[in-house]
Amino acid sequence: MSEAVSEPPAEVGTFRRTMRRLLREPLGVFGLSLVILVVGAAVFADLLASAEPSRISPRDRFLPPSADHLMGTDQLGRDLFARVLHGGRIALLVAVGSTVVSLLIGIVLGLIAGYGPRWLDNILILVFDALKSFPTVMLALALVTLFGPSLTAVVVVVILVNVPGYARIIRTQTIALKSSEYVTAAQSMGASPARILRVHVLPNVVGPIVILASMDIPVVIAIEAGMSFLGLGVRPPTPSWGAILNDGFANIRESAWIVIAGGVPIILTTLGFTFLGETLRDVFDPRLKGRG
Amino acid sequence: MLNYAIKRLGLAVVIVSVAMTLLFSMIYLIPGDPASVALGPRATPEMVAALRARMGLDQPVWVQFWNFYSGAWTGDLGIEVLSNRPVLTVVMEQLPFTLALIAGGITWSVALGIPLGCMAAVRRGSFADRLVGVLSVAVIAVPSFVVAIYALLIFAVALQWLPAIGAGEPGDLGDQLTHLILPSLAVGLGWVGYIARMVRASMLEVLEASHIRTARAFGLPERQITYRYALSIAILPTVTLLGIGIGQMLSSAVFAEIVFARPGIGKLVYDAILTRNYPLVTGAVLVTTVLFVVINVIADLIIGALDPRVRSGF
Repeated sequence: MSEAVSEPPAEVGTFRRTMRRLLREPLGVFGLSLVILVVGAAVFADLLASAEPSRISPRDRFLPPSADHLMGTDQLGRDLFARVLHGGRIALLVAVGSTVVSLLIGIVLGLIAGYGPRWLDNILILVFDALKSFPTVMLALALVTLFGPSLTAVVVVVILVNVPGYARIIRTQTIALKSSEYVTAAQSMGASPARILRVHVLPNVVGPIVILASMDIPVVIAIEAGMSFLGLGVRPPTPSWGAILNDGFANIRESAWIVIAGGVPIILTTLGFTFLGETLRDVFDPRLKGRG
Repeated sequence: MLNYAIKRLGLAVVIVSVAMTLLFSMIYLIPGDPASVALGPRATPEMVAALRARMGLDQPVWVQFWNFYSGAWTGDLGIEVLSNRPVLTVVMEQLPFTLALIAGGITWSVALGIPLGCMAAVRRGSFADRLVGVLSVAVIAVPSFVVAIYALLIFAVALQWLPAIGAGEPGDLGDQLTHLILPSLAVGLGWVGYIARMVRASMLEVLEASHIRTARAFGLPERQITYRYALSIAILPTVTLLGIGIGQMLSSAVFAEIVFARPGIGKLVYDAILTRNYPLVTGAVLVTTVLFVVINVIADLIIGALDPRVRSGF
């Protein structure tokens, strides 16, 4: 994982040890291979698929899989293999991007709720609980009426779904640290709240939340694909796995290969990230075991 | 306990109010006027003005908000513009279909999850145990709408064992149940995984308990110990887990209804968005949210009753 690579040299030993333990778990190896496959296919999409993902070719409509079109073509004659690989880019970018943004917002709000005044804490908790009280899909549907179908709507839904959970975890940990001796010591030496949070609290609360957030990546991928399937997410002609599923669903009786091309990548990606995440969690931090 | 229950209910009322405020501001912020959107481009200004007056859109914002807010608490969610019927009536007509779907999902998840989790615990460490573990994680990971589409593709289109669309003939219970099998599988499959994991974990705990050891010492058959003495206790946490599950199954139900073209709340909201029927969107989202909050309160109260630590931590 990229954050492990950018860690200082002293941590390399732990990284190697983690990797070695991960590679001893068959499920971890399986998950890691799937993730590498999916990420590789998305990164090298242009090299792997020669066809243009959005080029319409009316003469090639509904072609079953063949040597020319590895996954066949859709109702507009577009090459599905190219669309699936480029759709992977969208899925991964949305997943990683919106997870990072919700993580940042969640950490800031959690620190404020945990360290700030009591009334602010109460208000924030109330808003978090209210947001969590909408079922995810209903929240997404309501937001789309406001924003219209777009990638923005998907990102906003992901943020609204993820932030309350992250902020609550950070808040609980911050409250626990608030009364610890070294924070009291820093306070008595005149450190500002911003400095205490940045230097003394943040490094101690950020580790577990990053692991939990990376385990949410398959959920985010499912939200993007689900909303695009309903026609409420990524707009055509941008390739997205959910949109391919939607195209295929309309023609499921005659051209089943389209739904297969759209759904299998979603299954492989969510399985890969989940298996990898479960194994990493057990290896990194056994205390988190049993969550969920 | 009473104190905790009152606090929890109070919080639920506050949460619903906040949710209602969010919904109202969302609808109010929508670009364009709901009345002219509902009537379409060929409507005359007089028709738009008349509908605006009937929907109360000509009033100041705070009056509109008060009308929405006070109406909602008494069950008045406004009039659905297209059919000229109360929104609540329209929503309530669809609710039973969604509830039946969720009940079907629970049936699947319990019928498969409890035996699998039980077996995994009894044969701890065996190949079957590991397989159940991997499958549980897998079915939790795969999104329910993909399950719905593939279930439709395999069992309705390719094999033609089960019907693909609709909710079945009204009055024909057998037909309705056949139409329920595939959509409810899509809704419940992920929860098979959650329940299997939960039952396995709590079974392992219970099997270590002293009353099980005593039962073994008395020479009771292993089967009787497992099902009669261990499972009946180990099943309790699952009940509360289902409380949370029902709320989340609401989300999966939306997809299942759209994929299988079934009537229900999800289909209603989806169609209402496509036709820009905003009063119906707000009404249906509000009813679902209230349902979700109520189910979560009940689940929390059950957990609170079983586990005093939850109460004191509130």
